Amino acid sequence: MRAVITVVGKDMVGILAKVSALCSECNVNVIEVSQSILQDMFCMIMLVDMSKINTEFASFSDRLTAEGDRMNLVIHVMHEDVFNTMHHI
Amino acid sequence: MINTKDILETINMIQDENLDIRTVTMGISLLDCASSDIKVSCNRIYDKICRKAEKLVVTAEQIEKEYGIPIINKRISVTPISMICASSGGNPVEYAKTLDNAAKAVGVNFLGGYSALVQKGFAAGDEELIRSIPEALSITERVCSSVNIGSTKAGINMDAVALMGKIIRECAERTKDNGLWGPAKLVVFCNAPDDNPFMAGAFHGAGEPDCVINVGVSGPGVVRSALSKIPDANITEVADMVKKTAFKITRMGQLVATQAAERLGIPFGIVDLSLAPTPAVGDSVAHILEEMGLEQCGACGTTACLALLNDAVKKGGVMASSHVGGLSGAFIPVSEDAGMIDAARSGALKIEKLEAMTAVCSVGLDMIAVPGDTSAEIISGIIADEAAIGMVNSKTTAVRIIPAIGVKDGEEIEFGGLFGSCPIMKVNTYSPEKFINRGGRIPAPLQSLKN
Repeated sequence: MRAVITVVGKDMVGILAKVSALCSECNVNVIEVSQSILQDMFCMIMLVDMSKINTEFASFSDRLTAEGDRMNLVIHVMHEDVFNTMHHI
Repeated sequence: MINTKDILETINMIQDENLDIRTVTMGISLLDCASSDIKVSCNRIYDKICRKAEKLVVTAEQIEKEYGIPIINKRISVTPISMICASSGGNPVEYAKTLDNAAKAVGVNFLGGYSALVQKGFAAGDEELIRSIPEALSITERVCSSVNIGSTKAGINMDAVALMGKIIRECAERTKDNGLWGPAKLVVFCNAPDDNPFMAGAFHGAGEPDCVINVGVSGPGVVRSALSKIPDANITEVADMVKKTAFKITRMGQLVATQAAERLGIPFGIVDLSLAPTPAVGDSVAHILEEMGLEQCGACGTTACLALLNDAVKKGGVMASSHVGGLSGAFIPVSEDAGMIDAARSGALKIEKLEAMTAVCSVGLDMIAVPGDTSAEIISGIIADEAAIGMVNSKTTAVRIIPAIGVKDGEEIEFGGLFGSCPIMKVNTYSPEKFINRGGRIPAPLQSLKN
């Protein structure tokens, strides 16, 4: 299964490092990353492969959300199919 | 990779515009639970519901987490209990208690199906069940009840209409010290659908499979926000925008429905293409109408705006889902919609205008409070009017009305949560008593010569 991780918030040092470290800890493979900075807002979208994840999806998602809260960022992890079904016929 | 703009749009819909799946409802047939002994029936019903719905809540929560979309309600609908009562006899309230216990055991917040279908007349079990509704709803917490009193093919059963006026008042009497919850859990239908996932009117029709998953979507906030981005567009463009947005909302519903069905090993039934409001700010159907250009919901032009909205929601949704059903359309429950509440408070929205609106949208006079001294005959008159609109237009209409017994002038009924608060609306007090007490049936309408 593939999922999309989105990170939105104020730009600061180490966002990408923190999120990808968490991915690596859980054996989640990062396939693609795109990031942009609009004024001060940092927006990163990651496509990840979760087929070899070594924990529950829910706990991975909770850890990311908690990390986001700590860094004042909004982090979502959602199954790739949500975007595919909503935006593609 | 998926387009960044699309990803951010979806996240924005969920986070800021209240996009959610309103309900995942499991329909369970209880026909195989009927026995000539009511105790045996009750035991079988409890066991079957607990067996079938054991994993409903857990599975829905898993999907919620994985797909990142909130699923607000997990619910169950069952075969109309009057059918089970017909073979067992006995006090139908026993069934209500059993259903309530089963709902609590599996963790769903409502269970619908304490119902009777009497559009053509009362069969065994029907009248007993209807007369037991006030007691059943006052002693249970999660059981919802509905009665179908008319249809396009059968006409309107006026004996049942007269009876339901009294039953609604009795429901209010019995729960007047308990927040008037009784009448809020009771719907009177014309042309009730068999596969409706929404409460309080959900039941599992006789033609349905043994067990099925139906899903109701929501998202008035998303539609309003999409329209706010095109403030000067003409109405053709407005309709187009609603259609496109409804498509996206419904695709989400379809995804959740197929996932839930697959994981539970139960067939997928339908997606209900609905715009279901909540009292939360930014989740109101009335605000969509206002976004279209009305000063306030209830103004002249409201019916036209609602007709456009309702039709466009269906057109957009139909292509997004493999099976569509239930009530499908925009809901206009007064207490559950912040914009409707404001319009009723300010006097912009009156009950007569609401009645007109129900002719062009899903369902009908929903969650409306009327003065506590409104007679049973007047309530029956309101039901008859609403049923006539449904019967003639081949659509579902419903009445969920709350006589505000024990509520002082100028006060409102506070339900809280998704049910919101209910301003009390003025009702025409001229009496329809003689008409209602005649009894009999209104014959089914002609379905040709349509002018």
